[in-house]
Amino acid sequence: MSAIIEVRELRKRYKDVSAVDGVSFGVPEGVCFGLLGPNGAGKTTTIEIMEGLLDPTAGEVLFRGRPIDRRFKEKVGIQFQHTALPEFITVNETLKLFSAFYPHPRPLNDVVDICALEEIIDRDNRKLSGGQRQRLLLALAIIPQPQLVFLDEPTTGLDPQARRNFWSLIERVRSEGTTVMLTTHYMDEAQLLCDQVAIMDHGRILEIDSPQTLLERHFEGVVVRLPNADAGVLHNGARLPAATKRNNGALELTTTQLDDTFRSLLDLGVNLDGFSIHKPNLEDLFIKLTGSTLRV
Amino acid sequence: MEFLRDRGALFWNILFPVVLVVGFAFVFSNGDDSLFTVGLLGDGDAPESLRELAGIEFVRYSNSDDAQLEAVTTRLRQHQLDMVIDLDRAEYYLNSEAPGAEMLRRLLHSAHDPSLSEVGAVDAAGVPGAAGFQERRITGAAIRYVDWVVPGVIGMNMMFSCLFGVGYVIVRYRKNGVLKRLKATPVSAFVFVSAQGASRLVIVLVTSVFVFAGTNAVFRFTMNGSYGTLLLLTVVAIICMIGIGLLLAGRLKNEELADGLINLVTFPMIILSGVFFSLEGSPEVLQRASLALPLTHYVSGARAVMLEGAGLGEVLPHTLALAVMAVVFWLCAAAIFRWE
Repeated sequence: MSAIIEVRELRKRYKDVSAVDGVSFGVPEGVCFGLLGPNGAGKTTTIEIMEGLLDPTAGEVLFRGRPIDRRFKEKVGIQFQHTALPEFITVNETLKLFSAFYPHPRPLNDVVDICALEEIIDRDNRKLSGGQRQRLLLALAIIPQPQLVFLDEPTTGLDPQARRNFWSLIERVRSEGTTVMLTTHYMDEAQLLCDQVAIMDHGRILEIDSPQTLLERHFEGVVVRLPNADAGVLHNGARLPAATKRNNGALELTTTQLDDTFRSLLDLGVNLDGFSIHKPNLEDLFIKLTGSTLRV
Repeated sequence: MEFLRDRGALFWNILFPVVLVVGFAFVFSNGDDSLFTVGLLGDGDAPESLRELAGIEFVRYSNSDDAQLEAVTTRLRQHQLDMVIDLDRAEYYLNSEAPGAEMLRRLLHSAHDPSLSEVGAVDAAGVPGAAGFQERRITGAAIRYVDWVVPGVIGMNMMFSCLFGVGYVIVRYRKNGVLKRLKATPVSAFVFVSAQGASRLVIVLVTSVFVFAGTNAVFRFTMNGSYGTLLLLTVVAIICMIGIGLLLAGRLKNEELADGLINLVTFPMIILSGVFFSLEGSPEVLQRASLALPLTHYVSGARAVMLEGAGLGEVLPHTLALAVMAVVFWLCAAAIFRWE
C-alpha cells in the first residue's frame, strides 16, 4: 500500500532543544495511524509540521509523493489539541463559516449527522461541554471532505462516555475511507483505533508497527497474578515457569503455557483465590519503552 | 456578529459617545459669556484699554495675512472669539450678533474716547474707533460647544472602535488559537485581514451614523456642508484607523500589551487632535505635531464641513492625508502580519 503522507528525516530545533530529532515514517492510505508518546515527546510538533503549520529545521513531508503545496490545506482536515472556537457565534454559524473556506465542503446536514450536533446546533460555542466541543472540532476537520484527517489528542480531558462516543465517530470517519492520523497518550485508545502505531520519545521514533506485532515482539505469553499465594511455592516449584516475581505482595508468573502452569499450581495446592490473567497491552509496552520514571 | 452579541461592547460603543455629547451640551450650554476672548493678529501689544482687564483673554496669531484673517474672522463669526484686533491693519472686528460685542467695544474705547462709549452710538462699519482703529462688523449665529464637539466625539469613538475592535480582537484570536485554526484552512492572511477590516468598517460606519443621527435629533447640530462630503471623510478616516489597529495587532500575542499599546496610541490623539478643546493658541510645534495624527485630520475636516460648510475641495487636504496614512498603515500591517 502506498503512503498517503510520508515524512523523511524530519528535524525541528528550537533554540536549545531538539523537539523532533530525525523522524521518518509513512502513513498508508486508509489506515488509522497513531503517534504515541508521553507529554513532550514531540508528537504535536511532528503533526504540526505534517499539517504544514510549522516549518521543519530539516527533512521533508511528502503528500502522495510530492512536497506539500498550496492546495494541500484543501485536502486535509485538522483538529488541534488546543483551539479556541470563534466566540459569540453558534455551532451552526461556526460550521457555515468553515464551510465557506473550502472549495468542496461536505453538506452540513451530513456533518451534523455524523458528529451528532443536532441537539446543540443553535448553542453558543462558549457554552459547549468538553465532549460537544470535541465533536464540533471533529466536524470542522471533516468539512473539507478530506483525504486525510489529523487529530491531535482528540480525547484528552473527556469523560469515559464521551471518549467512547468519540471513538465511534473516528471509526465512522475511517470507514468512509479517510486516512486518520492520530496522536494520543491513551494506549487503550491507540490499541482500539489504530492499525499502526509509532511510539515516540525524546523526538525520536522508538518503534513502529501494528499494535499486535509490537506486542508479540516485546512480550511473550501472559501474566498470571496470584494475590493470595504463599511465597513458599517458589522454593519447591520445579515445574513452574522460570519468570516469576513478587510485585506488591502478589505472585506474578509470566507464561506461554497457561495449561501447564495451572496444572502445576493446582498440584502444588497453591491458593488461587482472586487470581487474574493479564495480557500485556500497549500500555505495558509503552512504559517498557519510554520508562516509568517521572520526567522533569 | 460578535459585535452584536457582545452586549457589553455594543452598549459601550453606542451609549458612550451619546453620554459624552449630552454631557458636554449641558456643561457648556452657558457660562462662556463671562470671559471674553480676543484674537490679536500681527505684531505689537494689545490696545492699552483692554490689556489690564482681568476678564479678557488674548489669543495671538503671529501672521496677519488674508488667509489667517479669514480663519480668525470665521471664528469670530461662530462666537468662538469675541473680538478680533488686527494690529497691522489697525482694524478691529466685532460680531453684531454676539451678546458681548457692545460691551467689548465700550471697553476698548473707554480709555480714549468717552463719547463713543454709549451703546448704539456707532453701528456702521468703518467709523473711527479707539486709537485710530477702524471698526468692522460681521454677523453670524453662535456655534454652540456641542456643535463644535460632536465631530470630535464621533471621531474619538471611531478611533476606539477601530483600534480595539480590530487590534485587540486579532490579538485575542492569536492568543487563544482561533488564528492558528484559520491558518490550517485554505484561507489566506490577506482574505482574513480584509474581511476583518471590511466588517469593522461597516460596523463603525453604522454606529457613527446612528450616534450622529440620534444626538442630532435632540440637539439639531449646525450643518453647513454636505452630508456626502462628511460621509466620504468618515469612511476614509475609518479605513485609516482600522489600518492602525491592524498594524498594532500584526504580531502581538499578549492582550495586556495590546491594550497598553492601543492606549498609548489613543491618548495622544484625544489630547492633541482637538477632540474636546481647540489647539489654537498652543505652541506651534504642538499644532504641527498634531497634523501627524489621523484623528486631527478627521476632526478638523468634519468641523470644516459641518460648521463652515466646506466642500469636498476644501477638505481635500485632510482627506488625502488620511488616505495616505491609511495606505501606509495597511501596507505596513500586511508586511508584518503573522498568524502566530
